[in-house]
Amino acid sequence: MQNALGEPQTILLLGGTSDIGVAIVRRLLSPTTRTVVLACRDTARGDAVAAGLRHDSLTVEVVAFDGADAASHSAVVEGVAARHGDIDLVVVAFAVLGDGAVTSRDPVAAFELLQVNVSGTVSATIAAANRLRAQGHGSIVLLSSVAGERVRAANPVYGGSKAGVDGFAQGLGDGLAADGVHLMVVRPGFVHSAMTAGLEPAPFATTPEHVAECVARGLRGRRRMVWAPGVLRGVFMVLRHLPGAVWRRLPLG
Amino acid sequence: MRPLSAPATSRRLLSGWGLTNPTTADTREYPSADSAAIASAVAEAGERGALARGLGRSYGDAAQNGGGLVVRVTGADDAVEITPDGVVTVSAGTSLDDLLRIVVPRGWFVPVTPGTRFVTVGGAVACDIHGKNHHLEGSFGSHVVALTLLLASGEVVTVSPAERPELFWATIGGMGLTGIVLEASFRLLPIATSRMSVDTGRLPDLDALMAEMSEGDDRFRYSVAWIDLVAKGRHLGRSVLTRGDHAALDQLAPADSSSPLEYGPRQLVSVPPVVPPMGVLNHATITAFNEFWYRKAPQRRVGEIQGIAQFFHPLDFVGSWNRLYGTQGMVQYQFVVPLGEEQALRTVVERLSSSGAASFLAVLKRFGESNDAPLGFPRAGWTLALDLPGGSRGLGDLLHGLDRVVLDAGGRHYLAKDAHTTPDAVRRGYPRLDEWRQVRDSVDPTGRWQSDLSRRLGLTTVSA
Repeated sequence: MQNALGEPQTILLLGGTSDIGVAIVRRLLSPTTRTVVLACRDTARGDAVAAGLRHDSLTVEVVAFDGADAASHSAVVEGVAARHGDIDLVVVAFAVLGDGAVTSRDPVAAFELLQVNVSGTVSATIAAANRLRAQGHGSIVLLSSVAGERVRAANPVYGGSKAGVDGFAQGLGDGLAADGVHLMVVRPGFVHSAMTAGLEPAPFATTPEHVAECVARGLRGRRRMVWAPGVLRGVFMVLRHLPGAVWRRLPLG
Repeated sequence: MRPLSAPATSRRLLSGWGLTNPTTADTREYPSADSAAIASAVAEAGERGALARGLGRSYGDAAQNGGGLVVRVTGADDAVEITPDGVVTVSAGTSLDDLLRIVVPRGWFVPVTPGTRFVTVGGAVACDIHGKNHHLEGSFGSHVVALTLLLASGEVVTVSPAERPELFWATIGGMGLTGIVLEASFRLLPIATSRMSVDTGRLPDLDALMAEMSEGDDRFRYSVAWIDLVAKGRHLGRSVLTRGDHAALDQLAPADSSSPLEYGPRQLVSVPPVVPPMGVLNHATITAFNEFWYRKAPQRRVGEIQGIAQFFHPLDFVGSWNRLYGTQGMVQYQFVVPLGEEQALRTVVERLSSSGAASFLAVLKRFGESNDAPLGFPRAGWTLALDLPGGSRGLGDLLHGLDRVVLDAGGRHYLAKDAHTTPDAVRRGYPRLDEWRQVRDSVDPTGRWQSDLSRRLGLTTVSA
C-alpha cells in the first residue's frame, strides 16, 4: 500500500530492462519501497539490472515475461501480488521501435510489432488494471510516445501502435478512476536510450532520467497524460493542426 | 431512516481527514444493535477483509480498506442513561458531539476529548485517543469500563479489564483490527458548569515552554501549547500555552450563572469544495497566520472564562477545514519521545523550521504515564503534532529523516495520524507489537480484519 506522499511500496516493471522503465523505478525508490519486480524476456539482462537496484531493505525479483503472450499476463501480475502483497505501481514499458523502413513494407514484421506494442500492451494493462481494481487502489504508467500524436511516414507502424494504445488508455483510464485506480500515459519525445542508439536525435531530445522526473510529477498530480519534455505538449499542439501539405514537407525523418 | 434489513451498499472512494491516498471499498451502514447483519456481511467479505469506520477523522489510511468491506456502525437513538457514578453505555457509532450535547446539560463531561468533537466512541477506543488532560488522567482507554465486541467468528463478547483483559487492552488502540466495537461503557467526569477557566501565556522559545510545562502542568487538568514552527533562531519554538479546568459555579459571571450548563456549539462557517488546487495554505500565508496568532495571544492572562467548544474544539467552528489544503491534501505528523529526550524534540523543531515546509496547527503536549494497551500511542514524554501541506517540496525526505530522529530517541508515531511511515518504524516504536499480534491473531486467525494502514505498516501477520 503506498503512502500519502505517493511513495510506492511495491513496483512492477513490465519491460524490466527498458532504460526509461528502470529510470522511473529509480526515481520513485524511497525508504518506503520494499519490493521491485522486473518482468522481462531476457532474464539474464534483468538479473544484471536487478543487481544494480538491490540493497538491504529492497527486494528485487526478476520474472520471465513475454509481451506477446497475452495468455500469461494475468498469471504474472497475480503471481507478483500473491508473493509480495498489494502492487502500488505498474509501469508498462516493453514496446519495441522496429525499423520503420522494414515494418512499413513487411506485413509479417508489422504484424509482429503490433502484437507486442498494441495487443500485448493492452493485454498486460488490462491484467494490471484487474488487479489494481480488486485492490481498490494503485497506479499504471503506460509508456507511449509523441510518435502516436501525428503518425509520420518514416515509422507508421510504430507510430500507429502508439496512437492505438493511447486511445485505449484514454477510455480505460476514464473507467478506472471510479475504482480508485490511476492510469497515466507518458509521451516522451526522442529519448537517448538503448532503443534509439545510432539514430539521429530529434529536436527536444531528452534522457530517461528526465522522463522519470516528469512521471514522478505526473503521478503526484494524478495527471492522465504527461509529455516529456513538457514543451512538447505545445509543440505538438501546433504540429497537430498543420495542413497535411505542410506536415509532409517537414524534415521529420 | 433505512430499515434494519436493507443496508445501503456502494463502492466508494474513502480517504482520511488529510484527503490523501484514497482507495475504494464496498461501504455499508448498520445500526449497532443489528450485530447479526454486521456479522453476516463480515462473514461474506472476500480476501480483502472488513473494517469498521467512524467519522473518518483519522488523518491517514487507518479507516479505509481498499478492495474490501468497510462498515459504518451508526449510533442508536435510544435515550442515554448515566449511572449515579457517571458510567454511560452507548453505541460505538455515537459521536462525541452528540454525546456532549446530551451529557453536558446534565452535568457531565467526556473523560478525554481530542481536538474535534466529530469522532465516534468506537474511533476513540480504536485509536485510544488522548486530550489535553493526558498528563493527569491518561487516554480514553483508561476510562473504559467494558466493550461489546464483534469478533471475526461472528461471536459477540464483552471485554473489560477484568473479563478477557488481554483482548480488552488489544482492542484499546488496536486500530479496529481485533473486531468491531458495538458498544462501550465508560466513566464520565462530573462538571458544575459548561464553561472553562483558562490561563493563557506566551513563551518566547522552546526551552522556556518545556520548562514551564514541566514545572506547572500538574496544577491544571488541561494543558497544551500551540507552537509557531515557522519561527527561527532565538524565536525557535515560540508558543502560546493554554491551561485550565472546568469552571466552578462561583467563577461564572452573574449573567451566565442562571444557566450554568448551557451547551450548544454551532459551526460558524464552512469551506466549500471549490478551493484553488494549490490550497490557500502555503508558506507565505502560514507564516503570516502564525505571526498573527502569536501576537494576538495575551502575554499572560489568568482565569478567563471560555466555552467548551472554544477551549477544546476551535477547529470545529470551521466545517471541512481540511479543504483549505487543496487537491494535494495534508499530511499530519505526530510522535512522542520519552522524557529525557528533549534534545530529539529540539532537533525535530529545528529541522521543521529550517525546512521551508510550513505548519500552522502545531501543538506540543507533555504526556503522563501510559495505560496497558500494547499498541497504545501515549507514553510519558513529549508529543508534537503538526500538519504539513501534502504537496510540500521534499516532504518525503523531511519526514523520513524526522522518523529516524524520533525512533533513535526511543519514540514512536501515532497510528491514527500516520500517512507515510514504514513497518520498521512500528516495529521499533512499539516493543509490544508481537504481544499484540498474538492476541489479535488468536481472535482473527484468518485475517478477516484488514485496513490500508495494516497492510502498509505490516501490522498483522495474517492476511486471508
